[in-house]
Amino acid sequence: MTAVKEESGQEDPSGMPGGGDGYVPSQRRLDRERFKRTRARRATGIAAASTLVTGIVLYLVVVNAPGWPRTKETFFNGQYAREAFPKVLEGLWLNVRLLLICGVAVLVLGMLIAIARTLRGPVFFPLRALAAAYTDFFRGLPLIINLMIVVLGVPALRLQGITVDPVLLGGTALTLTYSAYVAEVFRAGIESVHPSQRAAARSLGLTNRQALRHVVLPQAVRRQVPPLLNDLVSLQKDTGLVSIGGAVDAVRAADIIVGRSLNYTPYIVAGLVFVALTIPMTRFTDWVTARMDRQRAQGGTL
Amino acid sequence: MSDIGSLSKGSSPVLRMESVRKTFGDTVVLRDVDLEVASHTVTALIGASGSGKSTLLRCANLLEDIDDGAIWLDGEEITDPRTDQDAVRRRIGVVFQAYNLFPHMTVLENITLAPRRVHGVDRTAAEQHARELLERLGLGTKAGEYPDRLSGGQQQRAAIVRALAVRPRLLLLDEITAALDPELVGEVLAVVRDLKGEGMTMVLATHEMGFARDVADQVCFLEGGVVLERGTAEQVFGEPQQERTRQFLRRIVEAGRL
Repeated sequence: MTAVKEESGQEDPSGMPGGGDGYVPSQRRLDRERFKRTRARRATGIAAASTLVTGIVLYLVVVNAPGWPRTKETFFNGQYAREAFPKVLEGLWLNVRLLLICGVAVLVLGMLIAIARTLRGPVFFPLRALAAAYTDFFRGLPLIINLMIVVLGVPALRLQGITVDPVLLGGTALTLTYSAYVAEVFRAGIESVHPSQRAAARSLGLTNRQALRHVVLPQAVRRQVPPLLNDLVSLQKDTGLVSIGGAVDAVRAADIIVGRSLNYTPYIVAGLVFVALTIPMTRFTDWVTARMDRQRAQGGTL
Repeated sequence: MSDIGSLSKGSSPVLRMESVRKTFGDTVVLRDVDLEVASHTVTALIGASGSGKSTLLRCANLLEDIDDGAIWLDGEEITDPRTDQDAVRRRIGVVFQAYNLFPHMTVLENITLAPRRVHGVDRTAAEQHARELLERLGLGTKAGEYPDRLSGGQQQRAAIVRALAVRPRLLLLDEITAALDPELVGEVLAVVRDLKGEGMTMVLATHEMGFARDVADQVCFLEGGVVLERGTAEQVFGEPQQERTRQFLRRIVEAGRL
């Protein structure tokens, strides 16, 4: 498929730019373009054929598997799918809200941690060390263990005034882990801004803080938009993990029906709903990345 | 040193350096540098690459801490650790070899950033002043453009405007034409000539010997971390006293740069 994409980037031969100076394309150019068109057509043909063959082979392998009839009944049952779909969608609203709230919290906390890690001077050593320890710990800790500790462990303390709501606790756990990821993305961005930019800002009399705020951070954040969106896509599907604490999100909604019916179709439904939710976000990420690459290409000297 | 005194036109020097030493690890870049820059004069620093010209400028602006010696700006010692370094930098403009414009801001935003954020000038006044300066340097139509849409010469002129916008007491120019195509060098040097005409005090590190000879009141030849020879342009270029200066100038002439 990529071959097709590359070729479509070529100029349309019928719309050759004339330049308005009476330019007539040479035979050499016409020959070249005819060759490129043939090559593009052949590449498209091969891609289509190989996709079709792969699809057919996969279908035959699955359908002819000894356990297929039983698998079909437990995973792809139309009746259970229809029953599960509205419940899963209802649960999904919780996932969306979690994504929005945790997303904002993660960006803010991640930025604060990243800034703390770049502070210079001995005064800031404790802050710097704390931020480094935080990212080391939460980046290494598996999210599911973090969730279990927070969602199950915190209520076990029976502390007054601390929530036992699995949604709030689950959201807290997600924020803790993802802030560590996002902090590293921001830090990489801050360090990618050339020191000469900071020198220019300082030479104008800006304080360290002003240089960071007006010169370094805007460039760092802009550069890191694609990886940030990537982390948000990850966060979006990981909101499904709050179900382990009993919060009724899309996964838990499916779980309830599965528990009652012993049919796994609702899981498939929930999975597809997450995929459907993630695809627009992924496409958006691709679009933003491509747009920024184009801008950079135009930038030339930078 | 008596010739320097005659250049100062009776006023105390804007910039004075005494026995400045600066090392990077084991590399001694400035061994023992003395320098005096009188008000409304242009000082050109010449010397081979790596002779410490850029480092000297960075030290003068406190972008680098010096190891020993002292630097005074308008009679105030700025290398005293109690000095407010940000306040010192506010009085000194710097133009860099690689322009160092902020790529995420328009030309106008680049120029008004420091007046607005550092000097508290309100937006309208800052923009008006910026537009006047842009107009004067032939960039009147470029205010709304992003730096990467400008040619190298235009970018460097915009960087000069940015440095001038804070009305600096002293302007440091660090090989500002070294990254430019030959046909763009002239437009930038013309700006520096104009600034000299307006009485701006400048220190410039340069490889453009013809220009240095033309515009500088004082020429300093740096070699081995010291100012090996100094004097008026006629003295240093016309009758160099030191053998190393003569060698350096001979090589420059052979390379067709003078």
